[in-house]
Amino acid sequence: MAHEHKLEIFRGLLKFKSNTQKIWGVLVFLTIVTGVEVFLGITKPPLLTENSFLGMKILNWIFIILTLVKAYYIAWDFMHLRDEKNSLRRAIVWTPVFLVAYLAFILLVEGNYIYNVFKDGFVTWNF
Amino acid sequence: MDSTVTTGAEESVWGGGNRPLGASYGKLMMWFFLVSDALTFSGFLAAYGFSRFKFMETWPIADEVFTHVPFFHGNYPMYYVAFMTFILIMSSVTMVLAVDAGHRMKQNSVIWYLFLTIIGGAIFVGSQAWEWATFIKGDYGAVETKGGRILQFVKADSGDRASLADFAKTIPGERVAHEKNNGLWFYDEGYQPSYSLNEVKAGFQANTNILIRTETINAEGEKEVLSRQESLAKLQNATQVVEGANLIHNEYGSRLFADFFFFITGFHGFHVFSGVMINLIIFFNVVLGTYERRGHYEMVEKVGLYWHFVDLVWVFVFTFFYLV
Repeated sequence: MAHEHKLEIFRGLLKFKSNTQKIWGVLVFLTIVTGVEVFLGITKPPLLTENSFLGMKILNWIFIILTLVKAYYIAWDFMHLRDEKNSLRRAIVWTPVFLVAYLAFILLVEGNYIYNVFKDGFVTWNF
Repeated sequence: MDSTVTTGAEESVWGGGNRPLGASYGKLMMWFFLVSDALTFSGFLAAYGFSRFKFMETWPIADEVFTHVPFFHGNYPMYYVAFMTFILIMSSVTMVLAVDAGHRMKQNSVIWYLFLTIIGGAIFVGSQAWEWATFIKGDYGAVETKGGRILQFVKADSGDRASLADFAKTIPGERVAHEKNNGLWFYDEGYQPSYSLNEVKAGFQANTNILIRTETINAEGEKEVLSRQESLAKLQNATQVVEGANLIHNEYGSRLFADFFFFITGFHGFHVFSGVMINLIIFFNVVLGTYERRGHYEMVEKVGLYWHFVDLVWVFVFTFFYLV
């Protein structure tokens, strides 16, 4: 394994002097993100729960985006994807991304369809 | 490049010995495994999403299900899960520090960081076991209707949840415990709830302060509470008392919620458990100096990849199970 590490995160906005320092920096960042998630999850600001975008509450969009941000930093800095070759990184990242996006799309649309069948159908389920 | 030109470099393209991805065999195989495992977890989470979309209006609210913190009484939604998440991220950090120390061939640092990683993993698995136990034991108790819906109870004056013990009557002496010497010795009595359905019904009729809360989520994102009249009518459909959760009955609401909870967090917990075991093996190898003699600590790095992956999966489970 190559021993050189890329020591900058946020597209070079934040540069670290050593790999150890970068690890602690990423930990601080991940902790802050988790803290924000928990804070939003407990307070549930009405502004974010009452408005929705593409059929989902803004709050849930924020959660999902923050999760992807966390996943990015775990994979890039803890799993050293940042230091791997582009080809390896792309193979690892895009394969699941495409497959999961496809699966989630199919299953969620289907789930929503069945929800409507239950709602408008003639079968009683709440008794 | 012209195809007719034959150079030495071109010959070695087909001659083997190339490392186009710049990673060792072991690391590539670990990545193969992790990508396929990621797809397995995605399958579970997507199935969870499917069921949730299917029962969008009646799905349990996670904040109301996971409200306990060990050694503390009261209602603390999410704090403990957030703590578990932090523990797992923290143990990921000690793992990556161990890998880093390994690159610099510092045996003692690797030992210490791996030790901390194992401790973090053990705390996490223990927390998960505790959370399972709390979930299985249940909170307030509920009744299940003929159609499999769950009816919970709230106090009309304060709006707080009411546990069965708060209002159920005790009707003495109506059942005899099954003993092995009477009847089939290999039959157990099975689990009996603390209160029978008749006791709950009688207590509900006597106590006018108790209302029924259905599974339905209203426009404000809260569970719908019935009026006293509706509650009395609804309770007639009840067929059994449910306390806690298992794969068949779930006092918190939709039984699929419990099924997915056990399945997904169980599968993840099993990964963490395996991770701790693998870390232990590596830990002893480091202590014995195996990698020092081998001249590199790549094994720590490979196990580290697995360990970070477990953390990565938890980040998603945390979001989709507890937050969204």
